[in-house]
Amino acid sequence: MNTVVGMKKEKASLAEVNKRPKRSSQSSLWWMYLPALALVVFFILYPFLNGLKISLTNWNGFSQAYDYVGFQQYSRLLKDPDTWLVVKNTLLYGLGSTLFQNIMGLLYALLLNQSIKLRGLTRTIIYLPVIISPLIMGYIWYFFFAYQGGALNDILTAMGMEKINALANPEVNTWLIVFVNTYQFVGVAMIIYLAGLQSISKDYYEAAQLDGASPFNQFKNITLPLLMPSITINIVINVIGGLKLFDVIVSLTGGGPGNASQSMSTFMYDLYFNRQDAGYAATEGVLMAVIILIISLSALLFFKRKEVEA
Amino acid sequence: MAKPYRKTKLFLTAVALIITLYHLVPFYILLTTAFKAKGDFSSKWAFPKQFSFENFSEAWVTANLGQSLWNTVIITFFSAVLLIIFGSLAAYPLARRTTKANKLVYVFFIAVMVIPPLTALVPLYQLVVDIGMMNTRTIAVLNNVAAYLPLSIFLYAGFIRSTIPRELEEAAKMDGASTLSIFFRVVFPLLKPVTASILIISCVYIWNDYQFAIFFLQAEEVKTITVALSSFFGQNTNNLNLVAAAAIMAVAPMVILFLLLQKHFIHGLASGSVKG
Repeated sequence: MNTVVGMKKEKASLAEVNKRPKRSSQSSLWWMYLPALALVVFFILYPFLNGLKISLTNWNGFSQAYDYVGFQQYSRLLKDPDTWLVVKNTLLYGLGSTLFQNIMGLLYALLLNQSIKLRGLTRTIIYLPVIISPLIMGYIWYFFFAYQGGALNDILTAMGMEKINALANPEVNTWLIVFVNTYQFVGVAMIIYLAGLQSISKDYYEAAQLDGASPFNQFKNITLPLLMPSITINIVINVIGGLKLFDVIVSLTGGGPGNASQSMSTFMYDLYFNRQDAGYAATEGVLMAVIILIISLSALLFFKRKEVEA
Repeated sequence: MAKPYRKTKLFLTAVALIITLYHLVPFYILLTTAFKAKGDFSSKWAFPKQFSFENFSEAWVTANLGQSLWNTVIITFFSAVLLIIFGSLAAYPLARRTTKANKLVYVFFIAVMVIPPLTALVPLYQLVVDIGMMNTRTIAVLNNVAAYLPLSIFLYAGFIRSTIPRELEEAAKMDGASTLSIFFRVVFPLLKPVTASILIISCVYIWNDYQFAIFFLQAEEVKTITVALSSFFGQNTNNLNLVAAAAIMAVAPMVILFLLLQKHFIHGLASGSVKG
């Protein structure tokens, strides 16, 4: 053991010696990344920092005059019942979509990993909505759920039942948004799971079958642990996508009725453009960035820990 | 043994068929709606009594789709070109020259990927007003490029590190080539697979972008396809047939590209989904 470690150390130091003279002779070539760095600093970092500053003011978004009000906007944010409503909705969009996209995506992938007919076609059709604008996908589903002349109500009427106004019902419309978002992006999860499934060696299953393991136990003890990297990627991208949700809400419900289906991003838009409450909108933006950071990083860390070496 | 196995397969095929049909429902409704003439209030599930193309020509003109499709093409094209040039240029030294400054810059680009750019909507909007670029296609390009550059750099740097042999560059250096000509003549051509992925990612994301466009492109002559469609929907909530026709024309270019280049799309978008 000791000699191996010793040898490794020797190798490492040798590599360092080899590198050192090289490193001192090499320049950073910083001019090659200067355009990219300038753009990102100017259009992302600077606004982000400036947003922290604006969140400490009572600026209305257009006038030259404004006062620094300290953390007043933050305490207002914490007391505002609308904040908790939109945070709750945002979490529902983020976590709800993630749950459904992963369960359905995994089931689809398990199905399409079998050699069955229609495999290619099914995969294409499931994936197709991914490349369509979420705004337009929302309009397409609007034709289905619309109160006046929607496809759903056409069925209900034909069956002699009462028409329903699902998109204006605050009890269900947030779930419909989750549903449409899931429908649209389940293809992404499916593709990532399919790639994960195809990278698992058949030997594991053959050995398990020899030991007489049931299909369920094979899934639980082989497939699932070895899919952990795919699960991590999927959960993190779905959570981030869901927490940022904007377009689908605009096209399906417009955030209504009232603020009932508003997410943090649509609410921020509303505060800024319709209520001229720029300082408060900036505060909302800071809260949103914090929530997205905390949730996505903890999802990343939580699932990374569960990954096993294949 | 063979018989039950075949039965299972038949069952699974049936399940796949049902899933396919379910995923086609919204598209079916979209088509029947778009092709129905104005007075045709029959069920959305029914085929049009008579296929009418009226909605398409009317929507094309009144929603100003020609102009907005052109704007979208221009914005997407220039964004993609800049993402490829600036992204690959930046990734090269960050992948190859591991000086302290370069490590720091690389970490900065990665960290920025986690922040959704629109959480800074208020100050960004103000910045655009201040530099007088409201309602210009240029600002849409710059915003999109800034938003996706970190991802582009991340993908390029990973590819350069893992697949481009240093020996090639060193040989070119021996021949006295400048860094820039080594980059463009030797390295860049080898980056084709990543370049294809970044091209597809930027085409899909920027073509479909609504969040930036709705804030910065409100004027009629600069509207992109999504903004044009959302204002058209606002004016025609009682005439969904028209909106459906407009929606079909808005998504058609991307859908056709996808069906033609399916493998590249799926691979490209999957490599971009590591973002975050």
